[in-house]
Amino acid sequence: MTLAVRLRSAVSLLGRFPALAGVDLDVAEGEVVLVQGANGAGKTTLLRACAGLAAFASGEAEVLGHDLRRDRKAVRRRIGLLGHATFLYDDLTVADNLRFAARAAGASAASADEAMTALGLDGRLREVAVAKLSAGQRRRAAVAVIVARRPDLWLLDEPHAGLDAAGRDLLDALVRGAATRGATVVLASHELDRAAAIASRTVTMAGGQVIGGLLARPAPTMEPVHVA
Amino acid sequence: MWRDAALVAGKDLRVEARSRVAINQVVPFALLVLVVFAFALDSDRDTLTRVGPGLFWVTVLFSGLLAIQRSFVIEASDDARDALRLSGLDGAGIFLGKALAVAVQLVALEAVLTVGVVVLYNVRLHDPLLLVLTALATTVGLAAAGTVYGIIAAGLRVRDTLLPLLVLPVLAPALLASARACEAALTGAPGDGWPWVRLLFVFATIYVTFGVVAFGPLLEEA
Amino acid sequence: MTTPPVRVGTPTTRILGWLTAVSLALTAVMALVVSPPDVNMQDSVRLLYLHVPTAWLAMYVSFGVTTLASVLYLWKRTRSRFWDLTAGASAEIGVLFLGLTLLIGSIWGRITWGVWWTWDARLTTTAVLFVLYLGYLAVRKVPATPEVAARRSAIVAVAAFLDVPIVHQSVEWWRTLHQDATILDERRLLDPQIHGSMAWTLLLGVVAFTLLYCWLLAHRFQLAALEDRFADRQLQVAIDERRAEAVTS
Repeated sequence: MTLAVRLRSAVSLLGRFPALAGVDLDVAEGEVVLVQGANGAGKTTLLRACAGLAAFASGEAEVLGHDLRRDRKAVRRRIGLLGHATFLYDDLTVADNLRFAARAAGASAASADEAMTALGLDGRLREVAVAKLSAGQRRRAAVAVIVARRPDLWLLDEPHAGLDAAGRDLLDALVRGAATRGATVVLASHELDRAAAIASRTVTMAGGQVIGGLLARPAPTMEPVHVA
Repeated sequence: MWRDAALVAGKDLRVEARSRVAINQVVPFALLVLVVFAFALDSDRDTLTRVGPGLFWVTVLFSGLLAIQRSFVIEASDDARDALRLSGLDGAGIFLGKALAVAVQLVALEAVLTVGVVVLYNVRLHDPLLLVLTALATTVGLAAAGTVYGIIAAGLRVRDTLLPLLVLPVLAPALLASARACEAALTGAPGDGWPWVRLLFVFATIYVTFGVVAFGPLLEEA
Repeated sequence: MTTPPVRVGTPTTRILGWLTAVSLALTAVMALVVSPPDVNMQDSVRLLYLHVPTAWLAMYVSFGVTTLASVLYLWKRTRSRFWDLTAGASAEIGVLFLGLTLLIGSIWGRITWGVWWTWDARLTTTAVLFVLYLGYLAVRKVPATPEVAARRSAIVAVAAFLDVPIVHQSVEWWRTLHQDATILDERRLLDPQIHGSMAWTLLLGVVAFTLLYCWLLAHRFQLAALEDRFADRQLQVAIDERRAEAVTS
């Protein structure tokens, strides 16, 4: 059982504030892990740190085989982070954004097109500037960016927020599809029922630590869901 | 690195093409500065011809600061650095791409301003080769140095005051050199101008190199 | 990275302090009383006894130390908080002395030449240097994790250092090409054939100010190191408080 994420006593600072105050976490490859916790527990920082954005002040941190204490940059091409900010350029169209993101990550323009189709952003919407989209459509575009990059580790911060019912179902299907293909998914969400349904395991965070559901178990076999 | 640079430059220029900030705001601002100076300097044709080069480059400098600020503002309003870092692009490539995009915009601005200076200040253009090379070298240096300091100031609350403070002392010699070179060209003494152009090329080389080396580490901030 | 302790109040720093005070007092006496007025400048030459040492200190010693310390910080093998703190402390002292230099120089210029300022190579470079290091200090104040802030400041310091010769060379060129016929032939005035007690006073002044710099640097460094250690301790407290949140929630 290879580990996609391995954290031991990881401390990560936001300025001088210890957002992560000693996190122990194992995530096996192919798992879908739900991270739950109150606001301010450190979920967002956990995801950002695993993405190589936030630095670790102490402890051990290994993501996809990369030691994040030594080099945070190498891992970034292999992860897809869905954050609170959309990381999209407001003035560019959906198609422009997707193609840029795909090519930047070393994927082809074709995967950008597939991603747009998968998220229901085809036809007229492709050539609309992101600033003119609704919040839900922008969220779909942000998810499409991740799909286009084909990452090995999906880090989703409140992915269901802002999506309509169809969008949420779509996201769940995408997560299952990604896991089937061998990618690992870690998502933080307050939508516990929906998220628990797609997750193989739940961990709880509080006070900058993981306080429940620590260690990985082999992922249970699930019905593969094909994305239409 | 070059592939990443082309990608980023293309993206930045596409953003500018769609949003038209430079065209709608920066260029009119620059032209307005030229006009206002003409009023302030009592529109004596001789005076204007003499101060033309200096004014031109000061205007380009301040407009350049605006362009550089804009270059980083577009990088996702929440955190200018996250998007760039997540993209997986090479730091040096991002630097070259951004600096190139700024340089292209500045060249377009300079073309417009040249027309403005010729028309409003009655300046006659001699020695186009010297002028063009001066403009190229200065623009590259300005874009490179500005982009490096731009990433330092990006995303900070104090960025609008910090960027000029950091960048103006660095660009002062380039301003001096470009004004002197243009002056030499316009007064029909190009021999005086070429040493200044050499200095500008050295300046541009230093700051492009510096940017390629330092931009990546400067981008990596938690 | 833990900061190595630098202690003040030790016998070394006390002796240093006394030496500094004594040499400064001696310089004052020599400058104001003992040495004679200059042939050309009369008594205004006494300002130079203050101006030259502060200039030398600020431009070569302080900023030289800042640059060197920044380079040492950036180089992996010698990276240490020590160099970052030294760079910052030295820059602060340098900016202070440089401000003094510009002020006194300006007054002297007014007395001697009738102008507060002139755009020659040396003065322009000094002014640009002043602004460059103000910028450096501004960058140091930007909040960030210590390692990130240190690396960023070090890069800015090196960039500032690289800019100085460029500025000097370009303004130097500008002035010679323009050949401004000026009565301000400061080369003649500022490097006069000084000998005797005037030369000794100048030398004494330089020594006194160097001692002052060392003393100030040690104390400013100590202050910075203490702040750093305090912040580290605050961090541990913050971590414990954060972990306690887990229990209460």
